[in-house]
Amino acid sequence: MANVTQVIHKYLRHNKKFPLVFCPGCGHGIVLGSLVRSVDALNIPQDKVVVVAGIGCSGRIAAYVDFNTVHATHGRALTLATGIKMSNPELTVIAVMGDGDAFSIGGNHFIHAARRNVGVTALVLNNFIYGMTGGQCSSTTPFGAYSHTSPFGQLEKSFDIVDMARASGANGVFRESVFHAKRLDALLQKALSRPGFNLVEALTPCFTQYGRNNKFKTPVDMFSWLKKYAVPIEKYEKLENKDGYIPTGVFVEKEEPGLEARYAAMRDSLRAGKGGAA
Amino acid sequence: MTRKKKGKTKVTVYPAWCKGCGICAAFCPAKVLEMGPDGKARAVREEDCVNCGFCELHCPDFAISVEPADPEKNGKSAEDESPAEESALPAREHAGENQPG
Ligand SMILES: Cc1ncc(C[n+]2csc(CCOP(=O)(O)OP(=O)(O)O)c2C)c(N)n1
Ligand code: SF4
Ligand code: SF4
Ligand code: SF4
Ligand SMILES: [Mg+2]
Repeated sequence: MANVTQVIHKYLRHNKKFPLVFCPGCGHGIVLGSLVRSVDALNIPQDKVVVVAGIGCSGRIAAYVDFNTVHATHGRALTLATGIKMSNPELTVIAVMGDGDAFSIGGNHFIHAARRNVGVTALVLNNFIYGMTGGQCSSTTPFGAYSHTSPFGQLEKSFDIVDMARASGANGVFRESVFHAKRLDALLQKALSRPGFNLVEALTPCFTQYGRNNKFKTPVDMFSWLKKYAVPIEKYEKLENKDGYIPTGVFVEKEEPGLEARYAAMRDSLRAGKGGAA
Repeated sequence: MTRKKKGKTKVTVYPAWCKGCGICAAFCPAKVLEMGPDGKARAVREEDCVNCGFCELHCPDFAISVEPADPEKNGKSAEDESPAEESALPAREHAGENQPG
């Protein structure tokens, strides 16, 4: 490997306090690295990248990266991202959100951004918990899992983020774990270079608020779990016993133009006096 | 990896950025990294490094770099080099417990 860490440092805001605010072994730092490497690999100029983050530990990522950044309110990252993309389609707009951010409080915004096929990338850091606020269950906390608001085990069923994105009409749907960082990089690069709404779900350990209450002894244990149980969809399909395994990879890859492109085409044809939808 | 591919790298851990999570030491395929008594990772068998890149990609704190050992390409010494301009930064508390909601 060459220059991996140097590349990251090129994009960090060195006037911030380091090390990162995250707990030891928090997967969010790996997602931050993946995001930076992906932008760098695609040669997108820093000034053309907009990172819109919600509130949560995941949202902290926006503070560290030297792109255009907006720290939105909890659950509303996609509303700002949508407005930014529609008003300036040449920007690469990335909404960085936690599972709570994107699918609990922000679930409604998520399904409609996907349905409208706005050309933004939703990067959802799924750690199955509200990390920042002390470990309350989120809409992705697995059935039976322990959290501060389900101390005897979660009684509710959880959302599958990939299923939600697919059912809502997203143009691209991808999932990978932070243990498989190279694959995460590849999927993120794919998402960033495709039209329309793209979801990348990153499975990322939160030992502090999730792992240690759910029988993991160390942050390393959580990485071992992802190593074993996050498997490529092709392999997953062939598993006889799928219990506990999480399929990863490419789930949807449609080529429909984003809403901003359709909007521009309609505007141009109306201006040319032809009228009607493209 | 064949033997001759080993030991061509300089593995540097930046202690000021390392939070001691142990991920690098747990998954390094060549057992190059170990956790030291100070709770930080250290490269104890650099000569065995197979340059797989795992540690560098998976350190959540960007506290490790793996570079060619060739001094022409990399003349800096590990001890006096820090990736940030500010090096001796205080360790931070758990984010989940000290931040406003
Ligand atoms: C409108 C509003 N409601 C609630 C909160 C409190 N709050 C802050 S972060 C958060 C959840 C964070 O969980 P998640 O989005 O999964 O991010 P993580 O910290 O796990 O990365 C909540 C409920 C808030 N800041 N604003
Ligand atoms: S509370 Fe969880 S998500 Fe937040 S920084 Fe700590 S490990 Fe990461
Ligand atoms: S992965 Fe990084 S932070 Fe964790 S022990 Fe290794 S060098 Fe330190
Ligand atoms: S590059 Fe691979 S072999 Fe070398 S120290 Fe890092 S994890 Fe170990
Ligand atoms: Mg979360």
